[in-house]
Amino acid sequence: MTRDIDAAEPEAVTCTGLAYFFGETKAVDGLDLSVHRGEVFGLLGPNGAGKTTAIRCITTLLPVPAGMVRVFGSDAAKDRMGVRRLLGYVPQQLSADAGLTGRENVTLFARVFDVSRRERAERVGQALAAVDLTDAADRLAKTYSGGMIRRLELAQALVSAPRLLILDEPTIGLDPIARTGVWEHINAVRAATGMTVLVTTHYMDEADQYCDRVGLMHRGRVRALGTPTELRQGLGERRRAEGAPASAPLPTLEDVFRDVAGSGLDDKSGDFRDVRSTRRTANRVG
Amino acid sequence: MSEAPAVLPTASAERVEGIDLLLRPPRPRAGWRLLPARVGAMCTVELQKLRHDRTEVYTRAIQPALWLLIFGQTFTRIRAIPTGGIPYIDYMAPGIIAQSAMFIAIFYGIQIIWERDAGILNKLLVTPTPRSALITGKAFAAGVKSLIQALVVVVIAALLGVALTWNPLKLLGVLGTVVLGSVFFSCLSMTIAGIVISRDRLMGIGQAITMPLFFGSNALYPISVMPGWLQAVSKVNPLSYEVDALRGLLIGAHAHVALDFAVLLVAALLGITAASSLLGRLAR
Ligand SMILES: Nc1ncnc2c1ncn2[C@@H]1O[C@H](COP(=O)(O)OP(=O)(O)O)[C@@H](O)[C@H]1O
Ligand SMILES: [Mg+2]
Repeated sequence: MTRDIDAAEPEAVTCTGLAYFFGETKAVDGLDLSVHRGEVFGLLGPNGAGKTTAIRCITTLLPVPAGMVRVFGSDAAKDRMGVRRLLGYVPQQLSADAGLTGRENVTLFARVFDVSRRERAERVGQALAAVDLTDAADRLAKTYSGGMIRRLELAQALVSAPRLLILDEPTIGLDPIARTGVWEHINAVRAATGMTVLVTTHYMDEADQYCDRVGLMHRGRVRALGTPTELRQGLGERRRAEGAPASAPLPTLEDVFRDVAGSGLDDKSGDFRDVRSTRRTANRVG
Repeated sequence: MSEAPAVLPTASAERVEGIDLLLRPPRPRAGWRLLPARVGAMCTVELQKLRHDRTEVYTRAIQPALWLLIFGQTFTRIRAIPTGGIPYIDYMAPGIIAQSAMFIAIFYGIQIIWERDAGILNKLLVTPTPRSALITGKAFAAGVKSLIQALVVVVIAALLGVALTWNPLKLLGVLGTVVLGSVFFSCLSMTIAGIVISRDRLMGIGQAITMPLFFGSNALYPISVMPGWLQAVSKVNPLSYEVDALRGLLIGAHAHVALDFAVLLVAALLGITAASSLLGRLAR
């Protein structure tokens, strides 16, 4: 991928040595990451990899106990308000307020981002139109389908013209058609506004299709980083060098992940504590 | 903060049209205007919700109506409680108004844990809203909701023949009293929410404290007839001051309205401070 690197313009997100522990659980354990301006960056990993915790540090929901997080150069630990003004955030749960209409849900976010009364209605209208919810805007959100709620949340995030859109598992629990719909809207909005998108998912196929670059996260750390094609070709070449036939199909992102997760497991060979915490995670994730 | 436009469009997607405003970040409000703006936003949301679903207002009117109808009318007849010459139902009406407003406010703090579990709170915490402004906004939203409930009970009391004031200034005072009281009680439950974290535990504690707060106040009987220990409880119970003010304003009973207001104001400020400082725990 070619890209103009301008040293004066900071990256959209940089994490260096970010760590966050819940008691014994090392949810994020030395995360290094940079998201370039204008790209769709996918943070990938299975349940419990630490994606949500990392996102919550970047969004200022959690403190940054160790390491450094910067959003467009602003320090997430020191300049929280400054960072929040740059962000649109869609959390993992479906989080629209069911007792309000779609329009009221979006208007609330316009108000808490200080959109002036003069342009509020029009801005809200544009955000709803951008996600194709104009017709459903005056219905209560509790009548929406899962895919519609996700799009509504996208409108809530867009109404403040964020420079960085952060989506945590935007397609989790949606049917395949709704998933495609959500991705198409993310892409259309990104194309039209040029905003940077940081998205987490555990669906490797979606990341392969929709992300410019991905980071494979396992046990609190990014274990591999690159464009999906780079990662897949890299593994393919290594396998051929190890004697796989040249006719073998290109490995999928899932193969790449299994490859790095395997080595990740090796270098931290499981003592009992690891086994226990993995089991606890499995219980919590369900 | 500079107001540079967002990154210029790199491509024009034919699906997304008319998005010029979505390219321009709004100008941040000046510091002192932020708090009233957030309070306004949260109160508007509360009114919108009530407009869409009024059932809660009606179902929650049943209990106070029964208190006034059964307890009020019976005790008016048997004259067991010294009220200084006021019919008992008139005496207890402000107590019941305060009680139903308090129930709403305490339940509101439970709602914030529900909003946390649903991700709504997290999303609000990622907006340029300081925690104290978020709590103040929520507390006043609870005040608005309580006020509507109080209005319903006032109407019920008037229908039952309670002699209420219609002096607009005094009614304004009633409004202020109910809102301040609800700010305190909602912050009390949001503070407990920040300590116990889980919804079930908060539900239990909420239920466990509402009745003692109610009976340990002057809502149903004057402080002077209480045993000494209950008098002590009643004197530190903000509900007593809320009831005292309402009694003075609504039915013209002897009251210390200025003192009541001062106590409620201090309690509300303390509540906001405590709840704001614990809000971070809820976000984890
Ligand atoms: N609030 C919490 N309290 C304790 N442990 C947590 C909490 N949130 C997450 N964890 C643990 O941290 C690890 C990473 O979780 P998370 O960041 O949610 O991963 P992901 O989003 O990749 O599924 C998991 O082991 C999870 O159980
Ligand atoms: Mg997650």
